[in-house]
Amino acid sequence: MTTVAATRPAPEPLAPAAASAPPPGSERRAGLLLSAPFLIVYLLFLVGPLAVGIVLSFFNTTTVKSGLGGWVGVSNYSKVLQDSLFWDAMWHSVLFTLFTTPPLVVLALAAAVLAHRMPRGRVFYRVAFFAPYVVPSSVVALIFLWMYTPQVGLITKLFSGLGLPVPDFLGSTSGGWTAVVLMTLWWTFGFNFVLYTAALQDVPPDVYEAAAIDGAGPWQQIRLITVPLLAPTTSLVLILQILASLKVFDQIYLLLGGGPNQSTRPVIEYIYDTGFTSYRGGYGAAATMVYFVIIVAVSAAWYGLRRWRATSTAA
Amino acid sequence: MTSTTLSTDLSAAPRNRGGAATPVNGAKLFNRLCAVCLTLFALIWLVPFFWALATSLRSDGSITQHPVSPFAGGWSFHAYSYAWDNYPIGWWYLNSLLISVLAVVFTVGFCSMAAFALAFLRFRGRAVVMALVTAGLMLPTEALVLPQFIEYRSMHLLGTYWALVLPSVAAPVSVFVFHAFFRGIPTPLIEAARIDGASWWRVYASVCMPISRPAAATVAILTFINSWNAFLWPLLVLNQTKSQTIPVGLSSLVSNSNIQYAEVMASSVLGFLPLIAVFLVFQRQVTQGIATTGIK
Repeated sequence: MTTVAATRPAPEPLAPAAASAPPPGSERRAGLLLSAPFLIVYLLFLVGPLAVGIVLSFFNTTTVKSGLGGWVGVSNYSKVLQDSLFWDAMWHSVLFTLFTTPPLVVLALAAAVLAHRMPRGRVFYRVAFFAPYVVPSSVVALIFLWMYTPQVGLITKLFSGLGLPVPDFLGSTSGGWTAVVLMTLWWTFGFNFVLYTAALQDVPPDVYEAAAIDGAGPWQQIRLITVPLLAPTTSLVLILQILASLKVFDQIYLLLGGGPNQSTRPVIEYIYDTGFTSYRGGYGAAATMVYFVIIVAVSAAWYGLRRWRATSTAA
Repeated sequence: MTSTTLSTDLSAAPRNRGGAATPVNGAKLFNRLCAVCLTLFALIWLVPFFWALATSLRSDGSITQHPVSPFAGGWSFHAYSYAWDNYPIGWWYLNSLLISVLAVVFTVGFCSMAAFALAFLRFRGRAVVMALVTAGLMLPTEALVLPQFIEYRSMHLLGTYWALVLPSVAAPVSVFVFHAFFRGIPTPLIEAARIDGASWWRVYASVCMPISRPAAATVAILTFINSWNAFLWPLLVLNQTKSQTIPVGLSSLVSNSNIQYAEVMASSVLGFLPLIAVFLVFQRQVTQGIATTGIK
């Protein structure tokens, strides 16, 4: 959801006919009244949780009963920062990001470039690749769990059919990662594919014609024109993918339950466990804030980098 | 940009109207190879759907005996009636539908009103609202489930439909989609309506919204899919079986030891069918919506 802010500067207001005249009272009232419903929901349910989280993180709150509990200052934070289980979970989220981001970006780019070259059937490719994305995560998990089943599952059959060793998809750490990454590839690849397809539609066809006239073959066209022209999109897809992957929960929770021995448990599941299994609300809130700051820092760094690059190329 | 220089240099060259897919320089073979690869890839992507569908129509006995030959043992709808009788899938559907429709109605209403005010009206605090919306796009709200839960509990909203509707209404991204569209509406149109004596509310409701059907469709479809598919938040908020949504209800079937393959796959098919139907009908709007929220 960071997309728009990061890629498009906030648009200027429409220049009114008489900019100097102060707006009439009816206009001011209407403006406030029309934005009020959204603003109230926004402040209560988007800014609210952030404020609640900051407050909670300084208290010894338990999730079982209401009330804040005792003030503990920053001790929740120092405990979180020293908790190796928290950092393990953080590392698992990063690991998931490292496993999924490269294939999801490269495959999407390759498929979109190829699909764009096809004179027909683009709708078919779009439907085939994007359809999994609209399926609920628990349904995806049910289908993949069935395909991972030892002896009878399609994917285990495929592995043994190809002569590959069949990993213990749901019982071992490495097998679990394989299972989750394959499932995520299938499920979310279509999103990046759609972003790339949209960007390709904005590339003027003249560029290819010119290149073809200059004698560039199809492979050269892709390598020297399409991919460089798509660089801004790639940077966008990359950051969106990183942010999405760092927020992983559904797939790992459903397929592995963070399992074997919490060896794949991502950080959101860690927060979920501390808050709703161990009922340590204040502690969980502190972990939330640490994680929140990391995510905001990643997107802010990307945004800053973009701004810096935009100004340095313009200069 | 290199693109503009290239095209102006060669603007006198004969144009080929075929677009990017025009075969030139012996590219025919290359294109055919690409088509084969891509189609194969797309077909592989469809396998899980068909595999789930085929399995759901078989009997558990024939699945264990002939796992990879979907035609062995004959087909029947038994697993569907079994799944329907044993899980409150009808209730789950009803809940998911109610929550998603409420979310769509409120999101389209509230976000378009705010976007209208931001696009056309000058009022005190306009800059603050704009800044809040922009900042809201950067907030990873998914990370805030724990404080969110505690806030909703103190407001006694847990277990209600509102707990599931309200978070999707507070979607800055929907305001932006509307705002971008409204900015394309020519100001004279708005001014003319004002001169004719229409109130700002009338201008919004009878001039702006009817023109903005594409933006409304985009926001509506994306909101619908997102709230239908939400998992973690409904999992936390709802806890009785009957009031669960489709994704949370079906997640109770996810288990390593579940060997009733046909029933489980029948439930999965029931879980993905409505969404796939919505997507197939609106696929153009869905993909365009993704593209506009992501790229522009």
